[in-house]
Amino acid sequence: MNNDKIVLTARGRIFALMLRHYYLYRGSWPRIIELAYWPLMQIFLWGFISQFFQQHSTLIAQAGGLLLAGVMLWDVMFRGQLGVSVSFLEELWARNLGQMFVSPLRPVELAAALMSVSLVRTLVGLIPAALVAWLLYAFAITSIGPGLIVFFLMLLAFSWAVGLAVCGLLLRYGLGAESLAWVTVFALAPISAVYYPISILPEWLQWVALATPSAHVFEGMRAVMLEGRFDWGHCFWALGLNAIAMALAIWTFVSAFDAARRDGRLLQSGE
Amino acid sequence: MSNAEAHKPVEVIGLGKKFGDVIAVEAIDFAVERGRVIGLLGGNGAGKTTTMSMLMGLLTPTSGIARIFGADSSTRDASALARINFSSPYVEMPGRLTVAENLEVYARLFGLRRPKDRIAKLARDLDLESFLHRPTRTLSAGQKSRSALAKSLINAPELLLLDEPTASLDPDTADWVRRYLETYQAETGAAILLASHNMPEVERLCDDVLMMRDGRIIDRGAPNALIARHGRQNMEEVFLDIARGGGAVPAGAGG
Repeated sequence: MNNDKIVLTARGRIFALMLRHYYLYRGSWPRIIELAYWPLMQIFLWGFISQFFQQHSTLIAQAGGLLLAGVMLWDVMFRGQLGVSVSFLEELWARNLGQMFVSPLRPVELAAALMSVSLVRTLVGLIPAALVAWLLYAFAITSIGPGLIVFFLMLLAFSWAVGLAVCGLLLRYGLGAESLAWVTVFALAPISAVYYPISILPEWLQWVALATPSAHVFEGMRAVMLEGRFDWGHCFWALGLNAIAMALAIWTFVSAFDAARRDGRLLQSGE
Repeated sequence: MSNAEAHKPVEVIGLGKKFGDVIAVEAIDFAVERGRVIGLLGGNGAGKTTTMSMLMGLLTPTSGIARIFGADSSTRDASALARINFSSPYVEMPGRLTVAENLEVYARLFGLRRPKDRIAKLARDLDLESFLHRPTRTLSAGQKSRSALAKSLINAPELLLLDEPTASLDPDTADWVRRYLETYQAETGAAILLASHNMPEVERLCDDVLMMRDGRIIDRGAPNALIARHGRQNMEEVFLDIARGGGAVPAGAGG
């Protein structure tokens, strides 16, 4: 084959991996349904809870969509992390890492592909949930305003960082650590202050919470919804902490890849 | 000859790999020239797959160096990796994707501009057309083996690494695979490194053979020369000699 038929680009290899996941979902209806199922159930449940609280809570009555906005934005965090970790698990389940890395693929390109797949998965889950919230509970997530885009991107970036760190652990410990993909993000839920302000937490835990980008996002969300102002302070903190989290996550992932190459786990990735 | 063509497909110098205290490969040296088929032989645990993994950059060596077209394999040089490929019955493709989908994904990973043309050609050559659009997990062993061969040829590799390519195949399919490999090698001048436990296959395909035991190369040469040197009738007997601890290391043969 002439070399002019081969064009080596990172973008091409990232696209190849995205195509692999597109084909996987195209051939598997249960996977597609699962993407939207949980976000929809969450919205149904929290929609009714929200309606109940609106009649009994001054705070919720003041901003009726507060709980639903929290549910949807937390789902960005949860779905975003799952999107990265489960997509990586698909490669472990298929024992495909060895095949993939016989090609010129680089670990950072795999990470970029996982994040791209995660973005698509998150939107597929979130958009139907947002429509249901609007149709059934008259809450439009877009009522948050332009800040919604910032919150979405910040939470997505943090979820990717958590997801990549989980992938690093999966590379090191194999499918024996599979449950990490499903449970890790929940450790962040209490300190992310999704449904309550950080000030509710014990003081020592407030410091832990303020070290996570997600807590700043949800404080920022409440500032918009309750006070009608965009809190740039929380925004910059979330941005800076995300940069640190992402750098640590990429380092964790790449060093786990190097360790897998050292210990011979790429061809035998599995249990 | 361009600079890229000046390098040997494989050049291994003092290559070694330890897993903790276990020595998997110990200071081996060999080269694979263009257009040559080299057999990598040895019992289970001799170090064949470990050696191949280091050549592909899937495993980092603890000592020495493996060069692929002049590039240190441990650096995973993209342009070198684009010129090689690998097949093993023990490393399957994702089962939920169809054969065509899998081949397209791998083709794009290798940077092919027009993957569908290449897939169509391989489907014709390797007789994949009847099951090209079936999920890979539903194929028979023979169909999987042909699909895996198509994957390993998707980028028309100049260096093909094959780990027991005919294991678990019936004699007819195995013979078909060997004939295809001979044709491919003759048409393209590719170098092939073949790990196999099938000695008639080795005698038929290989120009030279590296015999491994306990991570070391303990003998090497053309199949006929090895048979003569060991005073045996065929490679099967030579293999048994070496696997059972016989076959003293001839001067200059060790790695």
